[in-house]
Parts: sequence; C-alpha cells; structure tokens
Amino acid sequence: MGRGGATVWVPDIANADCILIQGSNFAEAHPVAFRFVMKAKERGAKIIHVDPRFTRTSAVADIYAAIRSGSDIVFLGGIVSWLIEHKRYFHDYVKSYTNATYIVREDFADTEDLDGLFSGWNAETGTYDTTTWNFERDVQGRIATDETFEHPRCVLNVLRRHFARYTPEMVERACGIPVATFLEIAESLASNSGRERTTAFAYAVGWTQHSVGVQFIRTACLVQLLLGNIGRPGGGILALRGHADIQGATDIATLYDLLPGYLPMPSALRNEQSLSEYLASTTKKTGWWANNPKYVVSMLKAFYGKAATVENDFCYAYLPQLIGDHSTLPTTFAMKDGNVSGYFVIGQNPGASGQNTELICSAMERLEWFVNIDSYENETSSFWNREGADPSKIATECFFLPAATILEKEGTMTQTSRMLQWHDKALEPAGNSKTDLWYFYALGNRLKALYAGSTDEKDRPILDMTWDYESDDPHERSLGEPSAHKVLREINGYIVATGEHLDSFAHLKDDGSTACGAWIYTGVFPDEHTNRARSRTADETSSPNWGWAWPANRRTLYNRASADPDGRPWSERKKYVWWDESALEWTGLDVPDFPKTKAPSTPAIDGATGMDAHSGADPFIMLAQGKAQLFVPGDALKDAPIPAHYEPLQSPVKNPLYGQQVNPSLREWHRDDNPYNEDTAAYPYVLTTYRLTEMSGIMTRYIPWLAELQPEAFCELDPELAVEKNIRSGEYVVVSTALGEMEARALVSGRLRPLRIDGKRIHQIGIPYNFGRFGLAQGDSPGELIAFSMDPNVSIHESKTLTCSIRAGRRKTFSTAMSDAEVPSDQRTKIGESVAHGTP
Amino acid sequence: MATGFFTDTTLCIGCKACEVACKQWNELPSDGFEFSGDSYDNTVELSGTTWRHVAFVEQMTATPQGPENRWLMSSDVCKHCENAGCLEACPTGAIIRNEFGSVFIQPDICNGCGYCVVSCPFGVVDLIDKLGSTPRYNITTLHEDRLEANQTAMQHTGGVAGKCTLCYDRQTIGLVPACAKACPTESIQFGEVEELRERAAHRVQTLHERGVTSAQLYGADDIGGGIGTLNAFFLLTDRPSAYNLPERPVLPSTRQPDGYAAAAVVAISLAVAGWAIFRSGS
Repeated sequence: MGRGGATVWVPDIANADCILIQGSNFAEAHPVAFRFVMKAKERGAKIIHVDPRFTRTSAVADIYAAIRSGSDIVFLGGIVSWLIEHKRYFHDYVKSYTNATYIVREDFADTEDLDGLFSGWNAETGTYDTTTWNFERDVQGRIATDETFEHPRCVLNVLRRHFARYTPEMVERACGIPVATFLEIAESLASNSGRERTTAFAYAVGWTQHSVGVQFIRTACLVQLLLGNIGRPGGGILALRGHADIQGATDIATLYDLLPGYLPMPSALRNEQSLSEYLASTTKKTGWWANNPKYVVSMLKAFYGKAATVENDFCYAYLPQLIGDHSTLPTTFAMKDGNVSGYFVIGQNPGASGQNTELICSAMERLEWFVNIDSYENETSSFWNREGADPSKIATECFFLPAATILEKEGTMTQTSRMLQWHDKALEPAGNSKTDLWYFYALGNRLKALYAGSTDEKDRPILDMTWDYESDDPHERSLGEPSAHKVLREINGYIVATGEHLDSFAHLKDDGSTACGAWIYTGVFPDEHTNRARSRTADETSSPNWGWAWPANRRTLYNRASADPDGRPWSERKKYVWWDESALEWTGLDVPDFPKTKAPSTPAIDGATGMDAHSGADPFIMLAQGKAQLFVPGDALKDAPIPAHYEPLQSPVKNPLYGQQVNPSLREWHRDDNPYNEDTAAYPYVLTTYRLTEMSGIMTRYIPWLAELQPEAFCELDPELAVEKNIRSGEYVVVSTALGEMEARALVSGRLRPLRIDGKRIHQIGIPYNFGRFGLAQGDSPGELIAFSMDPNVSIHESKTLTCSIRAGRRKTFSTAMSDAEVPSDQRTKIGESVAHGTP
Repeated sequence: MATGFFTDTTLCIGCKACEVACKQWNELPSDGFEFSGDSYDNTVELSGTTWRHVAFVEQMTATPQGPENRWLMSSDVCKHCENAGCLEACPTGAIIRNEFGSVFIQPDICNGCGYCVVSCPFGVVDLIDKLGSTPRYNITTLHEDRLEANQTAMQHTGGVAGKCTLCYDRQTIGLVPACAKACPTESIQFGEVEELRERAAHRVQTLHERGVTSAQLYGADDIGGGIGTLNAFFLLTDRPSAYNLPERPVLPSTRQPDGYAAAAVVAISLAVAGWAIFRSGS
C-alpha cells in the first residue's frame, strides 16, 4: 500500500460489518484492542478466524476455519479468484482506484506459463530480473489502460488467469479448509463489502514470519482492494504490532536499511556516493515521495546541525552505507564466523526468542565485547553460562546494565494505530537502573569527550552530531537524565533560524532552513507548549485529540478512497471523508489524506512531477501512479509481482499448485550449525509457534501473578496424535528437528485437529514462544528447533511454520558437540551473504 | 444500595486480566506454579488467595456435519449471596454484610476456625495459609526494600479465611473493583445489582433473538436452596455444572430443621430404648 503501518486505527474496527482475522491470535495477543472487535460483534458484525489452532480468538468468532500453517496464499488467492470469477468485486472502486485497468507488458510471463516461476528468473544468482514485471507504455511513457477490462493483459485479467487454479477445491486440498466453509467465508466477505458495508482484515506475525510473509500480506491487500475496503471506515488492513512500541521502532528506524521516516539507507551497492546521487536514486518523480529531498536534507540538519551545509552535502557522507544485507540473521552468521567484534542487545532477548538460539549464543562467544541492557537477567545476557557452555573458554567481555521500566521514565510509544502516546515518569528507577535514553545520551557524551580535539576527518560525524538534550529539570539533570521532550522536538522538526517548532511536514525544505528527525512525526509537537502525544480526549468521530497519529494525525490512511471519484461518500452509512462543494475543500470525520483543496475533477498532468502527476481521483498519494497496486511493477518486490503459493522451506507437503516447491528467492544457509529437516518421513508433523496472553517473555516470567497462570513451557497437540504417540496431557514430551530438541509439558486438546491435505493426514503441533530458563515460569524455547532462513523482501525469518517430530519423555542433557565445532571454512558466511534456494 | 457483578461469559476472552488485577490490588500472593494440563487453566479454582478464577471449558465434538467447537470461558468469583452460608456459620462475627450489600470478612476478627469454608454452597471461601507454612511468592518479595511491608501484610492475613471483598476499599472511594476495571471486553460489569439485573435480562433477550437460545442467567433470580439471589451473578450458555457451578446449591442452615428433627428422633429413640433396657434389666 506504500506506507509502513496499519491502514486503519484500532477503534475503527468497531465500525466493521465483518472482520477476517488471520495470521493473528487477536484476542490473546492484543486483548485490549480486541474490545473493539467485541464491540463490532455486538453491533452484528461477523467475526471470522482462520488459524491452525482453535484459540481464544476462535472461541468468540462466528466462523472458524482450521488452516494448515503456511498455506494462507492458497486460501486468500482462492478468495481473489472467487471474487473475480463471480464478479463480486467492487467494480467502481477497482476501476478508479487500483491499477486493474493497466496493461501488463507482453513479455511478462506468469507462474501459469513457467510452472511456478515468473519471467526474469536467474537460476545462477537466485534472483529475478524484474524488467518484464511492468506495464505497456506509449511513446510518451504513458501507461496503456483498458477501462472495459476486456484486454487479456489488463491487470484484472492477469490476476484472473494467475489465480484460476486457486479454486475452492484447491483450498480444501492445500489448506484443509472444507469447500463449504471456504464458500461461507467468501460469501461473508463479499456481502459485507461494497458501497454500504465494509470488511476489516487483521493480521500479525502469523503472516509475516514466513518465507513468503510479504506475499501473504500482499494477497490480503488484493482481497481488500477488490472488495473496495481500503481507506474506508470499518475497512482496511490492521497490522497488529506485537509490542507496545514496535511501530515506533520501525518509524524511527531500528531496521538496518531504513533511516527515520522510512527514508532508504544509503547503499554502496547503488550509486549513492553523493547527496545528489542518493536523491536521484531514491526519489520518485511522481506522487508524494517527490518530496523526498526535503525530508532527507531536514533529517541531516537534525543530525549534524550547523556542520551540515549546502557546500558539504549537509554531511551526507557521514552516513554509513550498506554493503549487503545487514539484518539480524546474516549478521549472526558473520558473528559466528568471527567477523563482528561488538554487540549491543537492548529490549530484545534473542537467546530465547530468536531462532536457532544455540547458533546465536555460540556466535556471541566469538565477540570481543557484549552489552545487554535489560530489567532482568535473561538468556541472552547469560549466554556464557548456558547449559553446555564452558565459561572458562569464553573470552567475550560482557556488560549487563540495568534498565528502568516503563513507569520509571517518560517518553512516547507509537502503537499499532501509528499513534504516539506520551507517558510520564511515575517512579524513580530502582537501584542503579537507568532509562534507555540515559544510556544513549551518556554514550554519545562519552564518545564526544573521547574524540574531543581530534582533527581526523573520520571523527567528524561524532564531533558534529547534535547532542543538545540536556534536561531543564535540575533533578533530572543531576541524574544525568536527558530531556525526552527535547528529543521529541528534534524528531518533530523546527525552523533552524528561529527554533520555532513545525506543525506540518508541508513546511519542510531542502535548503537546510529546516531540521526534522523524522518527517512523518512532524506535527506531534507543533509548538513548544503543545505535545499532542499527551492529549487524551476521545470523541465520537476519529478522536483527533486522543494521542497523535502519523502522518498529520490521520487515523485512516488513503481516506480519500472513502468517497467516490466525484468526491461523494460511497454511501451515507459509510461516509467518512468527502469533497465539500461549497467550501471547495476535503472534509469529514478524519484529517483528509489528500491535498486539502485539490478538487475531485482535477486532471492528472502528463509529464508533471510530484502530486500534479495525480488526478483529483487518485487516492493512493504515496504510490507513483496514485492508484493501489494489484500488480506491483518493477523491483519493489523481489519474489513476485502477484502472490503465488510456495510451500514453507520445511513442509511435509508437495506444492499442490506448481512444480516450484518453495519460494525460489528465499534465503537459506546450508551449514553444519544450521541444518534443515531434509527428511520428511523423520519429521512428519507441522510445527507452528505463537505467544500467550499471560506471558510475553523475560519481562513477565519473573512476575508471580503471571507465572502462576502459565507456569511452564508446553506443547499443544491433537488427541489423535497423542494416542498414537502415547502422550498424556500434563506429562513431558520432546519435540525435535534436525537442529535440536526441546522438552515441554504436553497439552492435549481437541482445539487442534489433524487435517487432510492432498490425501495425507497432517498433524499440527503448537509451541508458545514465551519461555526460557530464567524467571519463575520456565522451560525450553522453540527457538532451539528453528534453523535460520528468510524471506527475500524484508529478511524476516520463517519461524511460524516448519516440520518436527514428537515423542513422550524428557530430552537428553545438552550436548556441547555443536557449539564447540568449528564451522568448516567453506561454509562460513561473509557479511550480508546468504544463498537463494537451490543455489548453495 | 447493593452493588455487585454481572459476569457475561459470552464476552469473556479468557485473558485473565481479572485474576491479575485482583491479585495486584489486593496484594495477594500467587498460589504456586503448577502446570495443570487442563486447557489454559493453571490456577484451577478459587482459593483464599485467588479471588477471581477463569474457568476454561473445552467442548470440541465431531459431528457428521463437521466439528462443533466451543471453548467456554467464565470468570468465577464470590457470589455475595443474599443468604450467605459463610456469614451464618461464622461464630466470631468476623463475616458481615457491609454497606454495599457485600459479604465481607474482617481479617482482624477472624480466628481461622474454618466453619465458613464448609458452609459456602459454592466452595468459594478458603483459609489463607500462615506465612511460612507453604512457600508463597509475592511480587513484592522481589524488591528487598518492600519485603518488610509484605511480611506485615502476610502476617495480617495469614491464618484467616479469605475471599473476594468486592473491592470494598476501592468502593469506599468511588472506584470500580479491580477486576471489572481491568476487563477489556466488559465481560465483568460492576454496578448496582438492580440495574445489573435489568441489563442482564435485556442481554439474554438480545442473545435469544440472535439465536443463542442457550443463554441463561445464574443467580439473578432466586437460585433456590434458601440462598436467594446472588449479588454476583452470571450469564451462561450451558448448564451451570459445565462451568463447575452447582446446579442446585443449598444453604446449609436450610437443612437445620431436618437435622434437629432427626436428632430429636434419635434422642427420643435412644431414650425409649434406654428406658426399655433399664426396665428389662430391673
């Protein structure tokens, strides 16, 4: 959709007429947000839950469908096909607001033509050349379209052909969902969408953590766009975030390839040596992203202050450049192979909640130094005395620094609704604990002191870095605590000359006159007395005075689509944002996500740049053509312009759709310390992972009131498998993969049922990802079972589905064989390196 | 004006926020860390130190039409009966009915005799162990500076009977009980009992109209057995016994006339028999 967040805000889900929850255990993982699902249900909305396990979410759903883990594209693709074949899509919306009418290049070849591959596949590099994944253009560069949907290569017909084999019968065969249940769900979605009604989708990491995770979500986008549910009240796709500030963590760029506000990290792999080259490489000519230079220059001014000038490219050269994939998994291999010397782990516990936890911990043994900042001793901080490790042989210098908890510090958290909410400090931190902000502020100050007086050019980034966050409060200052307000001010942005706060990113400039840490947050702190993240007034509209949501306090993204092309609401019942003929501006129940005074009749100007290239009826302002992408052109996606089902890397099932078994572009590492289950007969069961309401991780395991509710690691399995394996509820079982084994208490429940997949009976086993060896509630982590592999688009690991074996009993004591073994030199991984499937 | 709870189990998502909020507010220790293997229920029952308990009832049945799955969840609590067995049995006057119509145990008067425990028709009341008799874990024991305060609290409550106070302390300052406040889905509703009963009747009607014909109230009307109405009543969608609630709870004192009569019959019989033996012996 073009933005890194949920398209809707949580309370709006109460306005839905139907809610499909898939890839999420909404009630258990987000119980407070789930109140709005219950409100929708009370208003008569139909709740549908599709999940491998019957969970607390399923318990209150109207329809529950048990699905084989990892087969979601078949199910959603089945819906896409059914909507197109039965003409149940929202014709006017699809025609005007999506690229359904665009004509795809003649040389594009689909999975139908190449048995599961698209055109451009290079088996040697394991990547696609995406040149053919594009549209037919005339000599002026205009995209060819067909408004009648008759051209065989218009996107709608390309989709029709691509998904034709995703029939209800195929859904039953691949997912285990009976045809009748599938049809009931399809009918529910279609009859609760259109002018008068809207359906909302909600998902979480049950969709993302797969080798085709991005494509799961893409297929959901296709369904919601065909149904006309994006940008409308009670519609949209709600990406449920797993932790209170996960949205904030991606907004302010903890991801290796992003700078704050979703600006791309400079890369040595592209020609981005100077600022102008970087801007040329990253700025889109048409649509809102044409403003990119303003955001980049303002960010550099925020980073480097006075030192950043026009003459020196605003210190652009200070930014590090990517030389490969530096995401977690490749970096862990690099660490294991001795190529990483230091490691900070903060607010994270990879030793228990990561994958291949033994690899992670043994990699840390090769570090020179390691810093962990946490409120509790945990599996990562104490990797050096884990079971099987010999502390006397580990040279890593370890620092464990105590972290203040949420009540002991002030600041914002950005939640699922892209909403910033400020929290005050209620208590002084216990003992020597410090806030995360304190640690970083002190680190910056100490680095600056260390380099003070240096004339070496390479030290300039540290010396020129703006670091003026000293607290005005004498008490906080005496503690060395910086001002969170000053940090938020820098993120919000200000006029360099006057220091005046900015109230909108529309005021940002690319000449160095404005500074702004993250353009999408501009407006949260519009003047020095107004911190809108603090506001707490709810109302019956979109509660604009409760917190503050990026961008520009909009609650529903692309809400121009809640009106028809002429600017009138699609229906009275679903009115939200519309064109006011008398005032000649967009108005409604939310901040319009559209140029305020751009009339619906405004034509797109051929050859224009920026927003002038879009018409007044193009709601998707962040996308180059202003229309939502049913077909994603170019190299935005690395594995498919239209989603195709591939089996998980470790699956007991042969791909029923294509000859191509797994996502050809997925990344994997064939090493002795990262074995995959090659033998399906030895590992015949599907394993899926999840979390529990009662536990998160190390934060909750020490709390007696939570530990008594879920006191020990367990493993859920169906009664039929339990009988077959002689396993009784409450007793111990051992679950194993080629990588390792873990033990847990058995929880035998009819909530899990074997599925019939392609004629085979498939059992699914579920293990929660909450436990570890520290705390009052203890147990093994499924991270001990899951080898590293990742999706090609966002480097996400595949930990929601794999294969395993199970037996009654206790596990053997830990063998040190693997952690001590040197990985043969030919298997070692260079920084950023991985291999595509089939090209070891 | 009596206050109470209307627990609507059709809205419960089993998150157990009520259990945690109750323990936190009332500074109750955990009951230990035992994995039950029975659904998601590891606290198993109400106790002297667990005053809210969420029951998980798995009803997974295969039918010729396909599986019929129900996972019922219900947050159980002291019923605060109109005629309370515990209150009647208490010999010290520790158990009283307070100004909110709740059945309240005064810990400083309770001598721990346990008569209330066996007199509760619902198995709610339990004795709290003396400090040190069994290992207990309290959140505050993790922080040394608060350990002393915690021990004082435990000595205060150890060895006495414990159960839900309907958050008497919160009510006196106008706050909603902790469990109802924490419930994210309004499954636990707090208010004046009369008003709650009206709301509950309306809710049952709505559910019936929606086809949930199994919806029924438990304890909103006279529940029989001499107990009368319950200030904490429930909306269920199955038989009460499915939720481990008694189908026909009985107030022990209602059996007293029968008991006295039986005792009188025995006494008279023994007297007659004794007299007869005495006569025949002489």
